[in-house]
Amino acid sequence: MANTPEQSPENPTESVGVPAPEGAANLIDTDYQIGQDNYQASPLGVNIDIHGAVFAVSSLVILAFVVLTPALPEQSSAIFDGVKNWINSHMTWFFLLAGNIFVLLCLGLILSPLGRVRIGGANATPDFSRPSWFAMLFAAGMGIGLMFYGVSEPLSHYGTAFGGTSIGDDGVRTDWAPLGAAADDPAGSTRLAMAATIFHWGLHPWAIYAIVALSLSIFAYNKGLPLTVRSIFYPLLGERIWGWPGHLIDILAVFATLFGLATSLGIGAKQAASGLDHLFGLGSGDTMLVLLITGITAIAVISIVAGVDKGVKRLSEINMVLAFLLLMFVVFVGPTLLIATGFIANLGSYLMELPFLANPFGREDANFSQGWTTFYWAWWISWSPFVGMFIARVSRGRSVREFLVSVLLIPSIVSVFWMTAFGSTAIKQLQDGFEGAVNAELQLQLFMMLGELPLADITSFIGIVLVIVFFVTSSDSGSLVIDTITAGGKIDAPKPQRVFWGVIEGAIAIALLLGGGLEALQAAAVSAGLPFTLVLLVGCFAIIMGLLSEPRPAKS
Amino acid sequence: MFNRIMVPVDLAHLNALEKSLTVAADLARHYEAALCYVGVTTSQPSAVARTPEEYEQKLRAFAHEHAPDNGHEPTARVYNSHDPVTDLDDILVQAIEDADADLVVMATHLPKHLDAIMPANGSKIAAHTGASVFLVRPDAAE
Repeated sequence: MANTPEQSPENPTESVGVPAPEGAANLIDTDYQIGQDNYQASPLGVNIDIHGAVFAVSSLVILAFVVLTPALPEQSSAIFDGVKNWINSHMTWFFLLAGNIFVLLCLGLILSPLGRVRIGGANATPDFSRPSWFAMLFAAGMGIGLMFYGVSEPLSHYGTAFGGTSIGDDGVRTDWAPLGAAADDPAGSTRLAMAATIFHWGLHPWAIYAIVALSLSIFAYNKGLPLTVRSIFYPLLGERIWGWPGHLIDILAVFATLFGLATSLGIGAKQAASGLDHLFGLGSGDTMLVLLITGITAIAVISIVAGVDKGVKRLSEINMVLAFLLLMFVVFVGPTLLIATGFIANLGSYLMELPFLANPFGREDANFSQGWTTFYWAWWISWSPFVGMFIARVSRGRSVREFLVSVLLIPSIVSVFWMTAFGSTAIKQLQDGFEGAVNAELQLQLFMMLGELPLADITSFIGIVLVIVFFVTSSDSGSLVIDTITAGGKIDAPKPQRVFWGVIEGAIAIALLLGGGLEALQAAAVSAGLPFTLVLLVGCFAIIMGLLSEPRPAKS
Repeated sequence: MFNRIMVPVDLAHLNALEKSLTVAADLARHYEAALCYVGVTTSQPSAVARTPEEYEQKLRAFAHEHAPDNGHEPTARVYNSHDPVTDLDDILVQAIEDADADLVVMATHLPKHLDAIMPANGSKIAAHTGASVFLVRPDAAE
């Protein structure tokens, strides 16, 4: 048994290093072996296989965070507020500018000849069918957020735009309206509200995901580097990515993912708790939140143990069906004609207002661009290592063009449709004199809107189930991703490690909610998102470098 | 008694497999049976291979080297999995059917408490196939 195939090849093409798989790709020549820095042991009968530095630093810092935040709630909320306010007021231009770069690069790649490169090599075939692939993209990418903000965001923007602008004593605008508002103009306010909402849920977030996913896919499938964030720094840092610069990048990715996830999980738990309280009067205090997060995390752990095919894939498909049914219900039972015409109109307003909403410099609507847009961009970016890596994991075999059209354009259009259905219906209800939704707390607004339509109890219940299942799929796929990063790019690391991260995600969500509520969640997402924006900008450079060195199949 | 013996192989942990490989080769010689080595890989780069194609080449080379000299050239089968940690049992059950194997020889670990929640692969496979399953435990000293 001394002879492994690496040491005594029968055939020269199977020798040490890398064979060229049928004109497939252009692998990077490196001596690094995946998992070579890993620590493997079986303490107490539990097998572990982890990257020592990345796992140790990230898990210790996170555990300290989970213990200290609820222990020192006043100090921690002061820190969270300070950090969030500083980033919002000083770094807004940076987030907005970076977001625009991501969108332009994606659109450029769709049109350029580089779009013909195939992920995984010229002859690679897709691992998943198109419907399950798409269901996973969508469930990972937005899920909980669409449920939370589908009604509340259009209503908020409508209200502020309708209220017009107001200038404070220091000459700075104090209103939260997007752009120049549309005082006392219902049609103009609707237009602005929908354009602003779609802006936050359209091309920009999906471009952020696409950049991470595409850069990771190219460096894993075409270049043969481990599926972890440090790999996209190869064009910049070369072999140094296997040392501490690479460890730091991976640790940063773990933090961004955990805090981005915790934000969504916290929001989801709040909404599920209010929904259950609304339907069954169970209360939505801290105890309920903790119980709910614990319960949902337990379900997530079961799904984690079941694996990708039996767990997250099936749940994503179930959720796609449920979300589609809820959407169709609102479309047909709600103001059908308004939604149908609104879809085109809103798409038009979005495209018209896009250059102004996306402008990073000289903005007068400080509250809107800092409080809303920057928060979203940071949130999407902090989610992006997780969603991007998950998308990368399921996207082998697609061409770059097909990948970008599916990750950028199709989800954006679905978002437009979703926001139109839920937002237009809610705005119409408000214009018809129903103020129940607009006066409710953010997490309740969806249920108040549904309450005005028939079969409210059933649809609200479906809404709650959707939030919970999205929570489970996010936690499940998040654990997979963090486990891969902390195992040095191994995707077949032992199961107990995934379970550990699944439990940690629930714990962070609880710690943040108890330590400072939604504010704390948002602050955590924003602070994790800022450094990761730099990683994404490097990702843009890496994509171009990586694609340029790939063989491009001839036009067919 | 046996015509086709299937041997699951993890190229990343060959040391742990040594004993089971020897057992399989001995049995193949004794019963004049053909050996079929089965490997599971991922689309993602791993420690063993950076592409699924490379993995297949390595497993073929491995099978060629581990021929029992009984006139039957061993075959190699590679299965691609999205999540090998969880899919392994199902894939091996499928592989037994595909290879038409009547005996499976595979390495296993010593029993431990965690088996109650996450059972070992060997016992699950034995429960789901009609083929005979020979679980080879490591030496007690190890």
